Amino acid sequence: MNRPHRRITACVLAAAAMTLAGCSQQWGWYVVNPATPSGLTNLKFLIGGLQQTVLLSLTAISISVVAGLAIALPGLAPSRLLRGFNRVFVEVVRAVPILVLILWVYYGMPQIMNVSINVFWAGVIALALSDSAFEAEIFRAGIQSIDKGQYEAAHSVSLNYRDTMWFVILPQAIRRILPALGNQLVYMLKMSSLVSVIGMQELTRKANELVVTEYRPLEIYTVLVLEYLVLILLVSAGVRWLERRLQADQGS
Amino acid sequence: MNCTENGREPMIQVDGVSTWFGDFQALKHVTMDVAAGERVVVCGPSGSGKSTLIRCINGLERHQEGEIRVDGTLLAQSRKSIDSVRSKIGMVFQQFNLFPHLSVLGNLMLGPVRSKGMTRQDARAMAMRFLERVRIPEQADKFPRQLSGGQQQRVAIARSLCMEPKIMLFDEPTSALDPEMINEVLEVITELAESGMTMICVTHEMGFARRVADRMVFMDHGEIVEMAKPDKFFTKPESRRCIDFLDKILHH
Repeated sequence: MNRPHRRITACVLAAAAMTLAGCSQQWGWYVVNPATPSGLTNLKFLIGGLQQTVLLSLTAISISVVAGLAIALPGLAPSRLLRGFNRVFVEVVRAVPILVLILWVYYGMPQIMNVSINVFWAGVIALALSDSAFEAEIFRAGIQSIDKGQYEAAHSVSLNYRDTMWFVILPQAIRRILPALGNQLVYMLKMSSLVSVIGMQELTRKANELVVTEYRPLEIYTVLVLEYLVLILLVSAGVRWLERRLQADQGS
Repeated sequence: MNCTENGREPMIQVDGVSTWFGDFQALKHVTMDVAAGERVVVCGPSGSGKSTLIRCINGLERHQEGEIRVDGTLLAQSRKSIDSVRSKIGMVFQQFNLFPHLSVLGNLMLGPVRSKGMTRQDARAMAMRFLERVRIPEQADKFPRQLSGGQQQRVAIARSLCMEPKIMLFDEPTSALDPEMINEVLEVITELAESGMTMICVTHEMGFARRVADRMVFMDHGEIVEMAKPDKFFTKPESRRCIDFLDKILHH
């Protein structure tokens, strides 16, 4: 490393240190200090959103993976009509920002369907719908990457379309797209924070509410960042473990 | 063409078959019968239509003109007729096309269990019997990528045999193999030929052809140019193109 570089690095590090130290201000960690009763209550309140965040994300991703596959398959059909359906769905849904979709589902949809919808299911529908378009593209790419010879071998042992997909093509395609599916789960966990705007009591909403009463945004949002970080590192480790498991299944 | 002298219906009837890939005509009015128990070897330069011919016979490619009958069943566009024809035919591919995510036993059992409704126990017993026949019962629990090319191709042959076909089609079964592995595969095919299986084999292994074939077929530019018994085919070929071809592959 040469001299100017070293100087710039030093400046950046110093700035970061000063920011974290609070520069002119004092850090107020007391607000989430587990050693004090009020700090402990606040911390429990923040972590209390974890269950909702995880439940919402897992429900939404489960639906969107299944829906994504169901939308990907017509995209691979010989029929132009089916392929057209796939294209229109993917292009339209992919073009709507998630936040807009959440607002539309929660505030808009009840007006045409004439039923009120709770925040949890509004969040699930919006996140799953939005993600399904991306899942569909991932599945399509994965399925298309499988060699034509696999279909021919399946044909030669008389498998029908459903069995060919289920026992031959998808098990191979899913191994290949696993990193991309893991990405989508991480993305889903992060995007679930947007559902806080319609009042869902998940991690971000809890933090927002606590900031209003305690007025310590720096500390509370730092805890929030750490909560997401831990959650997502755990998910990443899980996905990597699954990748290794499936590789070992193939005897390599 | 003159294989019906015993008065029995031929096992395979190919009558005036033509097929096009876009503007390219891959088969030009091909007519050929194969009797039950007959062993036919097809040779010819690459792009001569020999693979296309056998792929048409089990419905992997569609023929646009002419008729193909297999064991009396007309190969038409309907799902039912394609299913009926392919259930009588085993196919072995140049690239093996084993299912990489399944063990050797899994590869062999999938067809019998899913498309014939056999119990897993019966399918396993049959798979082991055929693995012994291709002389690799000890590899039953390995995965394809742990096997040599020659072993993989023998697994592929056993996989086809597990469907108990009346006819076996071989599409250049040794072309993707290292030279030292060609013989172990040819031996297995030779044994199969001696057991009375009806077969069509596309290959450039002329020593094997001379030993095994009842009839030789030479194709060029999508046409059958010469069809004769092996002794005549190798000693007194009639057409210029066939003489040139044999000259090239026999003296190198």
